[in-house]
Amino acid sequence: MKPSSVLLACLGGAIAMLPLCAQPRAHSAASQAPPAQSGHAPAQGDSSPGEQVFKQNCSRCHDAPQGFSPRISGTILRHMRVRASLSEPDERQILIFLNP
Amino acid sequence: MAAAQDVEGHNVPLISGGVGFVTSTNGGDTTYIPVITPLLAAPIGSRILVESRAIILDPFSPKGGGQAGYRSNYFLGLTYLQADILASRHATIVAGEFLTPFATYNERLSPIWIGNFQDAPLNFGVGTMGTASSVGGMLRGSAFSTARLSADYAVYFSASSTNQQFSAARASGGRGSLYFPATRLELGASYGRQLQGAAKNFAGAHVWWEPANTGLRVRSEYARGPHSSGYWVEADYRLSRFSGGDSFAGRFEPVLRMQQTFRSQPDASDGLPAAGTEEVDFGLDCRLPHEVRINSSYSRQFSSAGNRNIWQTGIVYRFLFPTWRGK
Repeated sequence: MKPSSVLLACLGGAIAMLPLCAQPRAHSAASQAPPAQSGHAPAQGDSSPGEQVFKQNCSRCHDAPQGFSPRISGTILRHMRVRASLSEPDERQILIFLNP
Repeated sequence: MAAAQDVEGHNVPLISGGVGFVTSTNGGDTTYIPVITPLLAAPIGSRILVESRAIILDPFSPKGGGQAGYRSNYFLGLTYLQADILASRHATIVAGEFLTPFATYNERLSPIWIGNFQDAPLNFGVGTMGTASSVGGMLRGSAFSTARLSADYAVYFSASSTNQQFSAARASGGRGSLYFPATRLELGASYGRQLQGAAKNFAGAHVWWEPANTGLRVRSEYARGPHSSGYWVEADYRLSRFSGGDSFAGRFEPVLRMQQTFRSQPDASDGLPAAGTEEVDFGLDCRLPHEVRINSSYSRQFSSAGNRNIWQTGIVYRFLFPTWRGK
């Protein structure tokens, strides 16, 4: 068997198996929520529009920072609006999420 | 940006980036790589952002051949330096040196504090015009965004520059992506045309998928140039889905990447291996408290030029601060 066939079989198998064992517990949102150092982290289970936008856009590439000063939240969002091509409403929703 | 300005100090300039130390053993040869990648972002007014990222690294490795000591290769380079002008809800004008918007790895996953693997994919050189940076202008933004579908775009033109810190090829191109929030599926296509010397066309496509309510994330890219092509598929699983991000198990993230390149003609300029190559990468990333992450991986590469093992381990600290202290 060619090496490429073996590798593709490994990858396909792994990808196919992972969702099967994915039975997440109730824990969810807070683990991906950006815990601002100001203590503005949303409560567990909170599913605000901003959080949804955050999870759909930001989490695609990276985990949330473990904490940052709220004084730079606007700068972060402006950077991410350009880098991730966020729409203006999405940017605003995430900013509200970061600064409830 | 009105909301951003409602709170005093939201737009303080920031300094971010990563500091890391990586070891890479490739075919038995070990290299140690201390690296710093600082990023500065400074808003000006309500519609302009100036941002820049640099890289400073000093790889060193044993001299070998019975010689004592190490040889090193210090490097300091500007990755990008750009001004972003938020022209409208749907358009941002970017001027300066910017990351070439081809496929996804270059813009999204190349920061050392984001990528799951230390090494870029084998096909990274296709479409990124050699330097992965362009000097000129770019128009990008969100074409539209609804609850069911959003679309974004980026088009650019780059002038030729041989300046050491602003090196780029004369080129143009762009990328478009569709994102389906309900299924968390992203589809995109890229095009690039090198305009200097013998004109070359590059095309690419990417598919990212993040199944809802799982910790699985699947990313893939395909890129094709005049003399070579290649793809990679990467899957990672965030174990934090099971027991929380602060638990022992929840800090780990297994990663698998498969990549393959094909070559039709010799071409040293595209950066792909000289012969068709297949590689599988197994990784295990561990997120520690205080923005520290440990990445480790084993890769097996198959090629007519020889098979090899690649072992890599790295520790990266990500920092993110305001540039000055506030009240």
